[in-house]
Amino acid sequence: MSDSLELKYTVDPNDFTRAGEASKRVKKTLKTMGMPPEIIRRVSIAIYEGEINMVIHANGGEITVTVSDEDILMVLADQGPGIPDVEKAMQAGYSTAAESVRNLGFGAGMGLPNMKKYTDELSIETEKDVGTTVTMRVML
Amino acid sequence: MTVQDLIDSGLFEVVHQGEETDRRILDVFCCDLLSIAMSRGIEDAAWVTVMGNINTLAVMTLTDMACIVLAEGSRMDEAGMLKAHEEGFTILRTEEPVFEAALKIHDRL
Ligand SMILES: Nc1ncnc2c1ncn2[C@@H]1O[C@H](COP(=O)(O)OP(=O)(O)OP(=O)(O)O)[C@@H](O)[C@H]1O
Ligand SMILES: [Mg+2]
Repeated sequence: MSDSLELKYTVDPNDFTRAGEASKRVKKTLKTMGMPPEIIRRVSIAIYEGEINMVIHANGGEITVTVSDEDILMVLADQGPGIPDVEKAMQAGYSTAAESVRNLGFGAGMGLPNMKKYTDELSIETEKDVGTTVTMRVML
Repeated sequence: MTVQDLIDSGLFEVVHQGEETDRRILDVFCCDLLSIAMSRGIEDAAWVTVMGNINTLAVMTLTDMACIVLAEGSRMDEAGMLKAHEEGFTILRTEEPVFEAALKIHDRL
């Protein structure tokens, strides 16, 4: 691998006024790099959903995006409550979102399914009360 | 139709006039659930929704939609207004239901 670019973002816990910032910044950077619009769209969707999940289900976290010649690797790590049943969480429509965030438009249970649909690889490592790390890859 | 044309049409109350109002509106999109809007949102569409908060604006930016029309008398909250001002988004509103509002835009495309 030749030179790769690493972008890092901290997602603030429970800060809805900044939710979506990381995906917006990644989108801008990829645009500047001249990435194809379809790739930008897929990466933006994946990071946005992961970022929001870190805000509404965990206590914020860290996002690392690495752009290389072959792919865009996204690692979203939080120290939240973990996901008890990943298979269930991956199902379209499954959501444990609280009423308060449903009122903001979240909670369709489509975030993780979107992340899977728009990336080439998705894996989730999670442990109760330790946290969740979602790793996604979009091939270039 | 451009965003400016929609503003000038008088169809909707202008909550915030943003920048780039010469941008063309090419479609109409309706949805209130953000993760669906995120994956299905249509570039250059006018987005008719009842969700008036900062997250609506984030999804609008990420999907490159042209403007937001708040239907059913819903309003943009304070943080959303600040953001719209900061980033130059156009926000309109109406007391009408989502379908009627969308239809009116569609008729003028
Ligand atoms: N980072 C996380 N930490 C803990 N739980 C999570 C995390 N991400 C997802 N979950 C769990 O998985 C469920 C499904 O997530 P998903 O993103 O698909 O839907 P949602 O966030 O509930 O709604 P939507 O994304 O449509 O607004 C969540 O309701 C939550 O229970
Ligand atoms: Mg989600």
